[in-house]
Amino acid sequence: MTNSKSKSAKPMAQTVSAKANVKSKTVTTKTSSKIKLESRASWQYAAAPESVDHVSIKPQYDLFINGKFVKPNSKKYFDTYSPSSEKKLSEVAEANDKDIDLAVKSAKNAYDKTWSKLPAKERAKYIYRIARLMQERAREFAVIESMDGGKPIRESRDIDIPLACNHFFYYAGWADKLEYAFPNKKPQALGVAGQIIPWNFPLLMAAWKIAPALATGNTVVLKPAETTPLTALKLAEVIQESGLPEGVVNIVTGFGNAGAALVNHPLVNKIAFTGSTPVGKYIQKAIAGTNKKATLELGGKAAHIIFDDAPIDQAVEGIINGIFFNQGHVCCAGSRLFVQENIAELVIKKLKHRMDTLIVGDPLDKNTDIGAINSKEQIEKIKQYLTIGIKEGAEMYQSNCQIPSKGYFIRPTIFLHTSQSHRIVQEEIFGPVLAIQTFRTIEEVIEKANNIPYGLSAGVWTDKGSKIFNLTSQLRAGVIWANTYNKFDPASPFGGFKESGFGREGGIHGLAGYLKF
Amino acid sequence: MMPFSNLVSIDQVGVEERIARFNTRSIKKESKVQGLKLALSMIDLTTLEGKDTQGKVKQLCYKAQHVADHLVGLPSVAAVCVYPNHVKTAKKCLMSTSIKIASVATAFPSGNSSLKIKLADVKMAVDAGADEVDMVISRGQFLEGNYQFVSDEIASIKEACGKARLKVILETGELSTLDNIRKASEIAILAGADFIKTSTGKISPAATMPVTYVMLQTIKDYYDATGIMIGMKPAGGISTSKIALQYLVMLYETLGDAWMTNEWFRFGASSLANDIIMQLAKEEMGVYYSGDYISKD
Repeated sequence: MTNSKSKSAKPMAQTVSAKANVKSKTVTTKTSSKIKLESRASWQYAAAPESVDHVSIKPQYDLFINGKFVKPNSKKYFDTYSPSSEKKLSEVAEANDKDIDLAVKSAKNAYDKTWSKLPAKERAKYIYRIARLMQERAREFAVIESMDGGKPIRESRDIDIPLACNHFFYYAGWADKLEYAFPNKKPQALGVAGQIIPWNFPLLMAAWKIAPALATGNTVVLKPAETTPLTALKLAEVIQESGLPEGVVNIVTGFGNAGAALVNHPLVNKIAFTGSTPVGKYIQKAIAGTNKKATLELGGKAAHIIFDDAPIDQAVEGIINGIFFNQGHVCCAGSRLFVQENIAELVIKKLKHRMDTLIVGDPLDKNTDIGAINSKEQIEKIKQYLTIGIKEGAEMYQSNCQIPSKGYFIRPTIFLHTSQSHRIVQEEIFGPVLAIQTFRTIEEVIEKANNIPYGLSAGVWTDKGSKIFNLTSQLRAGVIWANTYNKFDPASPFGGFKESGFGREGGIHGLAGYLKF
Repeated sequence: MMPFSNLVSIDQVGVEERIARFNTRSIKKESKVQGLKLALSMIDLTTLEGKDTQGKVKQLCYKAQHVADHLVGLPSVAAVCVYPNHVKTAKKCLMSTSIKIASVATAFPSGNSSLKIKLADVKMAVDAGADEVDMVISRGQFLEGNYQFVSDEIASIKEACGKARLKVILETGELSTLDNIRKASEIAILAGADFIKTSTGKISPAATMPVTYVMLQTIKDYYDATGIMIGMKPAGGISTSKIALQYLVMLYETLGDAWMTNEWFRFGASSLANDIIMQLAKEEMGVYYSGDYISKD
């Protein structure tokens, strides 16, 4: 309707067209000559590895009990590996029942004799001190986290470690204000908290657990995951340095049997667990009939919903961040994508393009977007799901990036044309694998999003505020992000519905799980 | 052809997060040298002042060809950018080189004049030998909602350009929202722009990464829909090597390798060239030298 001659000043609502530009454009392209650099090959980012010179990892780590590193009763040690190089980093003590008993008793003793008698503001000082010491050694923590767990340094440096420090800072502030957090309820500490944490955010999970427990006046026995014990042991060093009274925090490394011993120990008053749903169910059975309080933060399979009025390029970025953050080892990962059918083609095209720019490789390289899968066991599980997805008839697309020949790496993967009845849609894969479905109406997507045993998180992308509020009130999920994804803050509570667990961590809500009223 | 059926909305927070991610890229060693040389070859060396004289333009043109003769293997800049009355001088100086002559036109920088005068302005530049014309859109009309007016004006000027390539300046600092910038980019591309350009350099803020990112995305969407490449020129405010490399990372990860040439990407800048030379010299010698080793024209 428009050409260079038309002078109509008619305003156009959304689109403006002009004819005959195609031709003129090709002409101009031909007339302009390129000035080429002699050496202009395709631009590649040179390796930018983070230095490891300042990091000290001991060849062997003992159990941290009663303020000291002690040899395990089991006399056994197990190796911890770097998933990116498959090289052994260190060996750590394997706790058995006796060690757990010792740790719990020292925590109980510290609670009775010192910690419960300390004024709240003194507790706060210790927590602040731990936060500051962690901050001072942030770079060392970040590097070790990436070496031991495989996550890219960009994430451990910019997200894991700062957030972990912030949790200590945040809860330090609450220690002497519990009466204000819960007015007229007389909040009191529980006693000994047994805490079991997963391998996906080793230090951050330790901070999520330890900081509120200390702020509320409890003492702690923490068991880190067996594949990623190093930053927790580094934290033990920091705690030692902080002068925290002996036994207030005990960190014991080991396997599932150590975790079970902790859960079943009669002197433990509270279990805080983050991990898989089957283990969560075991814990609930084990503590049934006891006085133990529990908070469980379990699996998830989040619905990530993109409406046709969403800011599409930013939504694509959100999808990427939702599923490929930390190699998809995130319980709240946006692993089920729902795209409104009229924009599905466009979104998927853009998503594939963006996936192709992701850099997979050395976790210590500052340019790496996706690091190594945490363990051999996990990569095998993910590969199994890839086979299942293909067998189920879904169309698989993997980004065409290079991956290192050594170490546990997997290409970012999406499955197209999936449905609610696919296993890759129903089950938590815990890897960089996204199952994509289309939807047509808002009622349909709400029904499908809720049609899953999990309910940890969800994401919604739309330009319409009213749509956001409509969905947030109907989605059965503990955390819902709108026009963003995977945002965490110490002040914001986090936790699940249904089989994703119960209880909240973070914020004022995070204090409640460690208090009786 | 109507590749844009719906207005795409832009989420400012999301854009800023994406930019932050570009800026965590660590460009070192050979990729830094390669990037800096590329950035140098993409510069439109600019002088757009009321006090411009023939002498000043001649000096600028010489600088364009000899950015730093003491360093080996440096490219020349892409173009010099001057007012229409200085195009003839620049043409004479750069006759035997591959350096282009760009001229601002259309009542630059405000664009507040009649189409007739704007066309005459363009004609003056093109007749004098400008290879590229940098026009400004009518921001007043745009903000009034007269998109058709803006579109028609661009189309008319495109016609007047003949063989010269047309860069359309949106003056993003005056459009203020990213939604507006997206809309203006679409209008400019559909009306015939060969390049879209952020700013005149006379308004603050000039080029920013979020603004440039939105424009690059528009170019990407248009290319995906039609297969036609459009060039991009952020101008103003890009004065250091570090910022230039961040722009290149953004370009590389948004549009890809095909745009990594001065045929499709330009920096409108005057002081950037010297900073790049300083950095390249440092890469070669391992230390920074005095700024007085680099000519200031």
